[in-house]
Amino acid sequence: MGAEKTVTPKLVVRDLNFYYGAERALKDINLTIPEKMVTAFIGPSGCGKSTMLRTFNRMYQLYPKQKATGEVLLDGENILDKKQDLNTLRAKIGMVFQKPTPFPMSIYDNIAFGAKLYENLSRHDMDERVEWALRKAALWTEAKDKLKQSGTGLSGGQQQRLCIARAIAVKPQILLLDEPTSALDPISTAHIEKLIDELKAEFTIIIVTHNMQQAARVSDYTAYMYLGDLIEFGDTSTVFTNPKRKETEDYITGRFG
Amino acid sequence: MLTLYARRRLINAIGLGISALAMLFGLLWLGWILWTLLANGLPQLSMAVLTQMTPPPNSAGGLLNAIAGSLMMTFLAALIGTPIGILAGTYLAEFGQRGWLAPTTRFINDVLLSAPSIVIGLFIYEMYVIKIGHFSGWAGALALSILVIPIVIRTTENMLRLVPNTLREAAAALGAPQWKVINLVTLRAARAGIITGVLLAVARISGETAPLLFTSLNNQFWSSDMNQPMANLPVVIFQFAMSPYQDWQSLAWAGALLITFSVLSLNIMARVLFRQKSTTY
Repeated sequence: MGAEKTVTPKLVVRDLNFYYGAERALKDINLTIPEKMVTAFIGPSGCGKSTMLRTFNRMYQLYPKQKATGEVLLDGENILDKKQDLNTLRAKIGMVFQKPTPFPMSIYDNIAFGAKLYENLSRHDMDERVEWALRKAALWTEAKDKLKQSGTGLSGGQQQRLCIARAIAVKPQILLLDEPTSALDPISTAHIEKLIDELKAEFTIIIVTHNMQQAARVSDYTAYMYLGDLIEFGDTSTVFTNPKRKETEDYITGRFG
Repeated sequence: MLTLYARRRLINAIGLGISALAMLFGLLWLGWILWTLLANGLPQLSMAVLTQMTPPPNSAGGLLNAIAGSLMMTFLAALIGTPIGILAGTYLAEFGQRGWLAPTTRFINDVLLSAPSIVIGLFIYEMYVIKIGHFSGWAGALALSILVIPIVIRTTENMLRLVPNTLREAAAALGAPQWKVINLVTLRAARAGIITGVLLAVARISGETAPLLFTSLNNQFWSSDMNQPMANLPVVIFQFAMSPYQDWQSLAWAGALLITFSVLSLNIMARVLFRQKSTTY
């Protein structure tokens, strides 16, 4: 897909190790995630792909027994550094979760929630920002007449798009998607995949998915992980049609996993 | 010879029968209590009960001062106990994963939750009434608030724990500092449950007699001065029901009916509120 584009590195991972207590969940990971492209992480359950995603915005820091060592460089700066402020980091790296997580407030307030944290927008500017985010997330036509209604009243697919709108309303540089469609029906899934394709013009997108066809459809680069190791990383079309490693081929062709 | 399936059905029927009987046995007492209350209390209810003061023996009167006193002290107790309970419960649920302070607080709170209310009455008597030198409405409200706090702490913590962690993560993922995550998202998500807890705490204290005997005592006359002994329904019922005077006994039945049905409606209100919330979220 994106082979002829020029590639700028956005996120460089060096010797990353991750621990849940004494258990090592990521083992010496090295890879470079390119800017404004879609990078997919695939692999069987428990392979560490979600863990990887959660180190990129240091979500693991909410839990006392989890820790990461090594380096993750965002535009050259190590985000695993102790001096890194977590909240400003998370404003730069947004995340959408497996299950839709609308906050118990109106659709409008759901989206304004993040934007309000780091910017002092006038009422008019905030209205524009909410509309912009909802349009980007392909939810505007469905939601524009019920902005004051609760976000929890939307359907599952709409809730997930609301969460995407909420994440991009902060204007992050990177968007982390953790199995964003696994709880959705096929039509909503198609909506969101189309969305990912449009959003990569502005954001660097990293997606974790269980669905290999999805990875093949939406991503420019694919990383295959197994038991905490990065087995193969490369151009999506190469990984899917001509993998270098036998393990990758076995997984992709469904002989394993 | 029963087949395995027929045997399983029989055992199921027996189990179900025993459970239903146990439930009926429990409900029987509630029904009986409500019936006795209605039979004895209903004829005594009149406008006078709600408009006149507690009378001297062998004369007509009402329960107005006791009702007003109970409302004032209960309201004040909830006012003192609710913020403390919610704040402490929030601490336990949101910050209580590390360190020794939270488990210790939780344990002490459990002890407080099951402490006999008369002990709490005696404690306030010793710490406040003796120092001041007389019984007072303040002392009563204080004793009741000590009953409110552990209930609200417990329900707040439980309700916050029911909020899925993904909601906290989602808010944190937007770059929200923890205090904003708690204030704007988790407390809001748990709001109905927490209000339910407060209502249940109010229901619990509105029938308490023991802590008031040593603190607010009673007052035969109208008084809205919290610094004076204060009339309240439970103590009036206690005193009037034990008396030999027919008028007093009748008033005690009326008061018991009033208290029981206000507690019952508080409980039902809490239920309805919580049910509504659970279906929409």
